[in-house]
Amino acid sequence: MSDANELLLAIDTSAGTSVAVIDGARGVLSEANGFDTMKHAEVIGRLIERALAEASVRPLELTGVVAGMGPGPFTGLRVGIAAAHAFALGLGVPVLAVVSHDAIALAAQRGGRSGELLVVSDARRREVYWSLFDLGAPLPVRLDGPGLAKPDALPHSHAQTLDAAHVSAGALGLVALELRRTGQAFASDQALYLRSPDVTLSTGAKRVTQR
Amino acid sequence: MTFDRAAPVVLGIETSCDETGIGIVRGTTLLANAIASSMDEHARYGGVVPEIAARAHLEALTPTIHSALTEAQLTFDDIDAIAVTSGPGLSGALMVGVAAAKGLAVATGKPLYAVNHLVGHVGVDLVTPDSEPLEYPTIALLVSGGHTSLLFVRDLVSDVELLGETIDDAAGEAFDKVARVLGLPYPGGPHIDRVAIGGNPKAIRFPRGLSQPKDMAAHRYDFSFSGLKTSVARWVEARTDRGEEIPVADVAASFREAVADVLVTKALAACADRDVPRLLLGGGVVANARIRALAEERAAAAGVTLRIPPLALCTDNGAMIAALGAQLIMRGAAPSSLDFGADSTLPVTEIQVV
Ligand SMILES: [Zn+2]
Repeated sequence: MSDANELLLAIDTSAGTSVAVIDGARGVLSEANGFDTMKHAEVIGRLIERALAEASVRPLELTGVVAGMGPGPFTGLRVGIAAAHAFALGLGVPVLAVVSHDAIALAAQRGGRSGELLVVSDARRREVYWSLFDLGAPLPVRLDGPGLAKPDALPHSHAQTLDAAHVSAGALGLVALELRRTGQAFASDQALYLRSPDVTLSTGAKRVTQR
Repeated sequence: MTFDRAAPVVLGIETSCDETGIGIVRGTTLLANAIASSMDEHARYGGVVPEIAARAHLEALTPTIHSALTEAQLTFDDIDAIAVTSGPGLSGALMVGVAAAKGLAVATGKPLYAVNHLVGHVGVDLVTPDSEPLEYPTIALLVSGGHTSLLFVRDLVSDVELLGETIDDAAGEAFDKVARVLGLPYPGGPHIDRVAIGGNPKAIRFPRGLSQPKDMAAHRYDFSFSGLKTSVARWVEARTDRGEEIPVADVAASFREAVADVLVTKALAACADRDVPRLLLGGGVVANARIRALAEERAAAAGVTLRIPPLALCTDNGAMIAALGAQLIMRGAAPSSLDFGADSTLPVTEIQVV
């Protein structure tokens, strides 16, 4: 299928909740956003409905579902990925995995930024996610990352920094279209948690009585 | 809705703890019960780690939905409605199921029912193969690693009352913790059962939580297992400190007896108090041989009809969620709105989240 015939639903919950419909020929048809970073599960269904309605697109017309794989705080991030997978499964269309930071870089480039850009987003617990991009190519090239760091220990301090609080699903969909058009690989289908689950190994039973 | 309301085909999604369950029913007929468990991943931590469970749900979701459809020999076109656990349970884990259910519902245009996990444990009785459904009202005792609840069910879709629940650990957690005290692996239940063989259940009189007259006034139907766990630990520590050998079989059998005794005593007290000669058991701890045996023995003596669904339907599963969803549809309930979330403390009175 040529990319002009692509009609994609894109979902990202790595920050707030963003859902968009992207057309291979006409670009972003609609984008619906929820900015609450705690209510992903509540709003995801309505935002999908709204993005589809505003684009006047019925689910059956879609050719694929783009999933923002993070990096992002775990609980919210999973909501978008789970919804994207189930939505695609229900329609029998593929899931196209995209690194969420790639959408931030593309939006920045389309907004007029150039050169090297260090994208930074909130990872909670006084840490940030980061990715380094070269905005010189038609599609920004991720040179390093995504990674996790303390704000005062960020690598690539020479680059201009963009502290992003929002990931646009429209931009995420455009990245997917670009990847497909240029025959580049999509991201891995693994959520980019970049942190191990917080657990301590059981060291056996603790004493309950004093010796 | 254009489908047959008398026998709707419902796909149920359950992700409240460490089992990713996808079930499919047609009315009261069980068509599929596919389960992926992350239990093994929790073993080295001695208990369910919520973040590990949630990650595992995300991984297991698509393959488990495929397995269920294959098992039922159906495609999405054959599904009339989707049901999903909204709570109670682990919030991050629940959210994976809620998000998937919403994605699926909007993609396919099918109605979505957000339901209560605990009531699902009761509803699964209706899809148990080759059995007449239980009559109502009934008392239901639901015991797992995540919950210990005693319910009075007058009507599955409209009238469920919480009589009591654990005020600290779930019974399943007590098994896990005592297993650790005895140096046994996770999950504790089956290992306690194994080493208890040949043990004397009357060897040590461990306490029955909230069973003293003063506790019974305020907590007649509530449970407490943390004191029991501590008591076992204290007993074992004292012996160890004196350099004595631990009679593992006796400790396991006596501990298990204490749990079984308090569970069955309180459940049958509820049957007697409410004049309800029916008791339904549910939840993974029902796998415990002694709990089943004691319930059978005492229910028979009390003239109470005891129902225990097969084990695959007692542990957390998607079929119970599908079964409850189907009942709601058969009774004319409207679908849930798309606005519900995951509610880790959803009260049992909220059978459907509208
Ligand atoms: Zn359960």
